[in-house]
Amino acid sequence: MKISIHGARVIDPASALDRTCDIHIEHGRIVALGEAPAGFAAEQQIAAHGLVAAPGLVDLAVSLREPGYSRKGTIASETRAAAAGGVTSLCCPPQTKPVLDTPAVVELTLDRAVAANHTRVFPIGALTKGLAGEQLAELVALRDAGCVAFTNGLAPLLDNRVLGRALEYAATFDLTVVFTSQDADLAAGGLAHEGPTASFLGLTGIPETAETVALARDLLLVEQSGVRAHFSQISSARGAEMIAAAQARGLPVTADVALYQLILTDEALAGFSSLYHVQPPLRSRRDRDGLRAALQSGVIGAIASHHQPHEPDAKLAPFGATEPGISSVEILLPLALTLVEDGLLDLPTLLARLASGPAQALGLPVGRLAVGEAADLTLFDPNASTLAGERWLSRGGNSPFLGHCLPGAVRYTLQGGRISHEG
Amino acid sequence: MTPTDAKRPLQLNDQGQLRHFLSLDGLPRELLTEILDTADSFLEVGARAVKKVPLLRGKTVCNVFFENSTRTRTTFELAAKRLSADVITLNVSTSSTSKGETLTDTLRNLEAMAADMFVVRHADSGAAHFIAEHVCPHVAVINGGDGRHAHPTQGMLDMLTIRRHKGGFENLSVAIVGDILHSRVARSNMLALKTLGCPDIRVIGPKTLLPIGVEQYGVRAYTDLAAGLKDVDVVIMLRLQRERMQGGLLPSEGEFYRLYGLSEQRLALAKPDAIVMHPGPINRGVEIESAVADGAQSVILNQVTYGIAIRMAVLSMAMSGQQAQRQLEQGDAQ
Repeated sequence: MKISIHGARVIDPASALDRTCDIHIEHGRIVALGEAPAGFAAEQQIAAHGLVAAPGLVDLAVSLREPGYSRKGTIASETRAAAAGGVTSLCCPPQTKPVLDTPAVVELTLDRAVAANHTRVFPIGALTKGLAGEQLAELVALRDAGCVAFTNGLAPLLDNRVLGRALEYAATFDLTVVFTSQDADLAAGGLAHEGPTASFLGLTGIPETAETVALARDLLLVEQSGVRAHFSQISSARGAEMIAAAQARGLPVTADVALYQLILTDEALAGFSSLYHVQPPLRSRRDRDGLRAALQSGVIGAIASHHQPHEPDAKLAPFGATEPGISSVEILLPLALTLVEDGLLDLPTLLARLASGPAQALGLPVGRLAVGEAADLTLFDPNASTLAGERWLSRGGNSPFLGHCLPGAVRYTLQGGRISHEG
Repeated sequence: MTPTDAKRPLQLNDQGQLRHFLSLDGLPRELLTEILDTADSFLEVGARAVKKVPLLRGKTVCNVFFENSTRTRTTFELAAKRLSADVITLNVSTSSTSKGETLTDTLRNLEAMAADMFVVRHADSGAAHFIAEHVCPHVAVINGGDGRHAHPTQGMLDMLTIRRHKGGFENLSVAIVGDILHSRVARSNMLALKTLGCPDIRVIGPKTLLPIGVEQYGVRAYTDLAAGLKDVDVVIMLRLQRERMQGGLLPSEGEFYRLYGLSEQRLALAKPDAIVMHPGPINRGVEIESAVADGAQSVILNQVTYGIAIRMAVLSMAMSGQQAQRQLEQGDAQ
């Protein structure tokens, strides 16, 4: 299939490209920007005047829920929702049932993702068997099956010795470890950021130190082991400062933030809406501002949806009895464009945080819009708007943004030169 | 972008009358005063030979207690009966894994039996809000205590106690002592005292038992009991749960008593006519000395009596507010 896209403003943050030109695609790859190659006869023309063409978004954390939790979402439903959000590549965390800790589960995931054919899927494997924190998963076998990184999520390892050894083992084979740094003891029973809002509502707090104490330990063990490390879901201003300090002294660590953490604060919990129940928790205004500053400076190089779809019952209970998480991959681009609207980032920088930044963090071979690269792109209208929830493809309706009018509208998502979403 | 569902006046109808009673947060002073005035009038009913009024005749009140209680449950039962309602009391044991489902399903079943009002106690903060918002919006929901969040009828019965013994709130100093962190009673009392115009509200306890940001209630925090009790008019002691000795909050009951227990000697620091209150059940020798609990300044048993009147007031006001709202909505629909 040969496709020509005409008249879009083409932005590739990785090569600092930002100009209006045509894009020509053949065999799933970009073959030319600007003039078509000699003898190129497009079978499909896309008129994209007034649209922005960006690299397809790369989302480092999209819970696909399959296998095991198909009442919440399936590989087909959630990758389809992701395509609608402008995503062409995503990483899925290992908290499925069974856990992503054997090559068989990885193969099943990848087979179903290929069959669904909506986005590329890069699984993140479990660091320990069953995420139980005691025995290492077969990391090399998992890598060979397709895992791009390893994590234990919020589940703690047995002790610091086991953690240190796990990192040394991963370093041996140059594997990347993804941390969600939160001390399980300090966070025990916690439902909300420890602060005035949690106090007022009588919800058990999760102090900032739950993040920073674990982060300090993790950074020291990363430094000692030399493992490649990525810190996911930084939630506090202090945590972002610690990442900045580590980077400043030369530690090659990267970090991401959940998009909703850049927008919401713990004040949203007044009224006890379980839609705002997330882990790590929504923190204070000061924390949100610190995360935004770290995103601006590039200390945090990636924005991820941290999409966690749920069935209605999972959220239909008193706050503390509900399951944490927000469903949001479907509106990743329009929701992220609110950051441009707020004047926080310019559009090329935002797209860097959504495509090339996350790809670089985990070494994924995507996130570029350049000749010779796979034709993974998002075409969106920056002047249109999206009414969140007007149609909803994810199985998880648990989004506090439903009903919000968001800036920008995804018109086409192309993955490997094939249209995976048209809006 | 701001969330749209925060801080809605869920518990008031379109005319500003009570339709649920979930928390004292956001309720105006006039409404709290109306509750106190109504309760005052019901106190006479309790003193009569025939202790019944027909305000809730033909109505069904369900007490649904997901957490143990004796005093609150019994006084709610008595209050509903004195209003001539039919009363069912359910003690629902909950397992931590299925409590959400149990809660929703239990209440929907009761709703299907045409209950008019639920009195709910639940261990999760926000449970009463959840029920009023998502499960039974057309049944009046009364919060009988939710987690650490609120215990608004206890808060109001404490206010009735203070008003009857001190005449008002405008010139008072009130100290709340002990485990503020885990106490829904303390939270409701702080909100009520502030709304009713009490100028000097103090909370006293070790830092491990004071919530972060407690100043947001308009109170002053003290860690020293002697300094906090100086010249106060009212001392509200809180119950100290045994499990607080675990996890490093406190070393022992003995040390807590030495530092924060109310003895006659300590009480002498307050004004000579100060009253001593306690939501019960009291732990003699842990937070309060027997000589104080049974002494002349103690109004602890009066609180129980006033509790029935407050609950009668709240039940009758919420029932009429909910009915008015239903009639209004039916009128709109036609």
